[in-house]
Amino acid sequence: MGFYVVQFLTGLASAASLFLVASGLTIIFGVTRVVNFAHGSFYMLGAFIAYSLVKTLPLGPTGFWVGVVLAALAVGVIGVVMEVTILRRIYQAPELFQLVATFGVVMVAKDAALLFWGPEDRLGPRAPGLNKAIELFGSRVPEYDLVVIALGFVVLGLLWLLFNRTRWGAVVRAATQDREMLSALGINQKLLFTAVFFLGSVLAGLGGALQLPRASVSHQMDLSIIATVFVVVVLGGMGSIPGAFLAAVIISELSAFGILIFPKITLVLMFLVMVVVLVARPFGILGKPVPDVGEPVQSDETLTRLPSALGWAGYVAVVALLLAIPMLLSEFYLVLWTQVFIFALFAASLHFIMGGGGMVSFGHAAYFGLGGYGCAMLLVRAGLPMEATLLLAPVVAAAGAALFGYFCVRLSGVYMAMLSLAFAQIVWSVVFQWSDVTGGEDGVNRVWPSPWAKDRVVFYYLTLTLAAVGIFTLWRLLFAPFGYTLRAGRDSPMRAESIGIDIRFHRWLAFIISGAAAGVAGSLLALAKGFVGPTWVDIPRSIDALMMVLIGGVQTLVGPILGALTFVILEDRLSAFDYWRSAFGLIIILICVLMPKGIVGSGRALIGRLGLGGGGER
Amino acid sequence: MLEVQGLHTHYGRAEILADVSFAVGAGEVVALLGRNGAGKSTTLKSIMRLVRPTKGEVTFLGERISRLDPYQICRRGLGYVPEDRRIFTDLTVVENLEVARQAPRAGAPLWTLERLFHLFPNLAERRHRSARAMSGGEQQMLTVARTLMGNPRAILLDEPSEGLAPVIVEQMARAVQELKAEGVTIVLSEQNLHFAAVVADRAIIIEKGRIRYTGTMRAALADETVRATYLMV
Repeated sequence: MGFYVVQFLTGLASAASLFLVASGLTIIFGVTRVVNFAHGSFYMLGAFIAYSLVKTLPLGPTGFWVGVVLAALAVGVIGVVMEVTILRRIYQAPELFQLVATFGVVMVAKDAALLFWGPEDRLGPRAPGLNKAIELFGSRVPEYDLVVIALGFVVLGLLWLLFNRTRWGAVVRAATQDREMLSALGINQKLLFTAVFFLGSVLAGLGGALQLPRASVSHQMDLSIIATVFVVVVLGGMGSIPGAFLAAVIISELSAFGILIFPKITLVLMFLVMVVVLVARPFGILGKPVPDVGEPVQSDETLTRLPSALGWAGYVAVVALLLAIPMLLSEFYLVLWTQVFIFALFAASLHFIMGGGGMVSFGHAAYFGLGGYGCAMLLVRAGLPMEATLLLAPVVAAAGAALFGYFCVRLSGVYMAMLSLAFAQIVWSVVFQWSDVTGGEDGVNRVWPSPWAKDRVVFYYLTLTLAAVGIFTLWRLLFAPFGYTLRAGRDSPMRAESIGIDIRFHRWLAFIISGAAAGVAGSLLALAKGFVGPTWVDIPRSIDALMMVLIGGVQTLVGPILGALTFVILEDRLSAFDYWRSAFGLIIILICVLMPKGIVGSGRALIGRLGLGGGGER
Repeated sequence: MLEVQGLHTHYGRAEILADVSFAVGAGEVVALLGRNGAGKSTTLKSIMRLVRPTKGEVTFLGERISRLDPYQICRRGLGYVPEDRRIFTDLTVVENLEVARQAPRAGAPLWTLERLFHLFPNLAERRHRSARAMSGGEQQMLTVARTLMGNPRAILLDEPSEGLAPVIVEQMARAVQELKAEGVTIVLSEQNLHFAAVVADRAIIIEKGRIRYTGTMRAALADETVRATYLMV
């Protein structure tokens, strides 16, 4: 009995902290529609800053609480700086640009933490006066946990009062519904957004700072919590604070007790619950349909025309040029270009559903990883020849896409994106925890190509061929009747259904095709590197794909290819430096701010402005 | 009070407004008449900068407002009532009103909750109910009352009678007349000629994004060709 009570209370203490972070994210999303990936970084920074403040403030026992509060406020200021300097410039851009920009902030924050606090984990001090444990039913509960639980309820109460009993709260709730109307009623949206970012970031910082006595501060806190927080926010219903509370409790108790019952699949459990809930209640437990979301792509000039004969000739010329590369460049560049092709195919596969179907996947790494692991398993564990694995690995990825996509296509907009993220995390958890088969953290080694393809030049041609065939097939499909149907579903689902199109089925097919293409890319990379590991399925890999598509320009065919090229080359150039991650993050942010239509879109706009384009299209 | 000069507005490549110009004097009620899709709503939205005109100037109380944000325009005392109501259904009636509250304004009537409930008695009974649970007519009253909370000197009223039962249309007409009596300048877009005839001093007829006729309401109604060509009566 006592043991279960303690387990329950531990779960509740985790829930309190999780709720703080999640409520911040849900408030920010509700008003600004920004999916703030940097929220996890704010949580981490809150913990680090609190660590330093508590150590240095000469205030004795009160120093701890002063430090916690100051840390939360400092994180609030960081949130405001991000909002004012970056996001404010790109609210007009397609929604996902803001997400990509916040991911740039994640990279910068990671390096900043490394710079200021060094690479080691930091063990925070205990809260003064609360370092004992209380006896409950014969088991011991840390006093501090009880305080954290109480604080969770206090914050829930305060937020409820703020949102339901003040004018500002009413303004915020109105903003979640119709921001434009609010501005016509005299509310300064910019100021409101900034205030909301401050509040949300303070909550994230507070959540992090309060963890100080409970766990050591680490550099992995940011992305490890963000996935959980997304689950909580989506489960509770985006924008709903009581929902976030409820979901935080469910998720935390689930892992507190889940570890007793299913110790092997704790990580998977949380995501499975999310899938079940979202299938039953597509907008979360207490959520409402989100207005204006679900049209992440500006549809007016997206992929309306098939490339002309001249265009196709151009693409063929580019491929021909690429065929000549091995004669011109050294082996080092061959390896680099091989990667460019692989990621171009990966990006094109995501673009296929994003540009063509208006479906956003935050978890496309799942299919890339399934392809990679499929290839590794079949080759190394089953001993099949490379030729067979190259055929079968995409089938593995497509099967995964068929299973996950079946659920994803039932949702739209952010909910769909989040569900796809959850599925990717399930794959990641399985890969990570099922180490007997997948090698766990170490991954699978010695995934080598067949002897005939081992030569770098041959492998280069092999990759080029498969990537080019894959990309052209995807493009061709986009302009086949299948593609028209997809776009009809993207631009006007109701009308498309009313003329007898089964949108769900077409979206599902597109999802499967996209998954298969990502799988080809994944298996090629496995062979190129001779290795697969869990990072292949992790969140950053999924975001990589999103970045390539968006940075290149989602409205265009070539955009994702150029995005991949930019991405791979940047990464290669920068990775020699110590703080390459922040440099990379900064460049990503700059591209988002300066080229809100992506490289290709903004390039075209520039050409148009200079009057170089032949004028009137169509 | 309000001057619109050479307003052009495009949605994508389609031209919605072409060279729309008119002026409204203080205390006037002007009806913007025209068929569905003629450009009435777009004109009001363009003034409010809820859509960005491609060309043109708007002056309000002698100040150029065509570079301002919607919230700044509202804070200068120009209110806007949208045609599709757009009330905040997650909020109560009182919260809907409170959200739009602004400081008292010189030269404009001061509205309090009590005065608004007097103007629209139906709202008083439901003040703490969710706005979601109201009928279309009550929502229309709320959307007007909400704009008045900003104590505007002038309001843009987009299709105030659209989709309402005759009894409610009558109430709405009375409310507009009361506002006029208070000295509020009103520009309203209408398809309901009877409604416009009751409340408006002047008529501006717009078709295919161009102004076709300007004159007093009485003259517009008396002119057979105007009636036959533009007003379909």
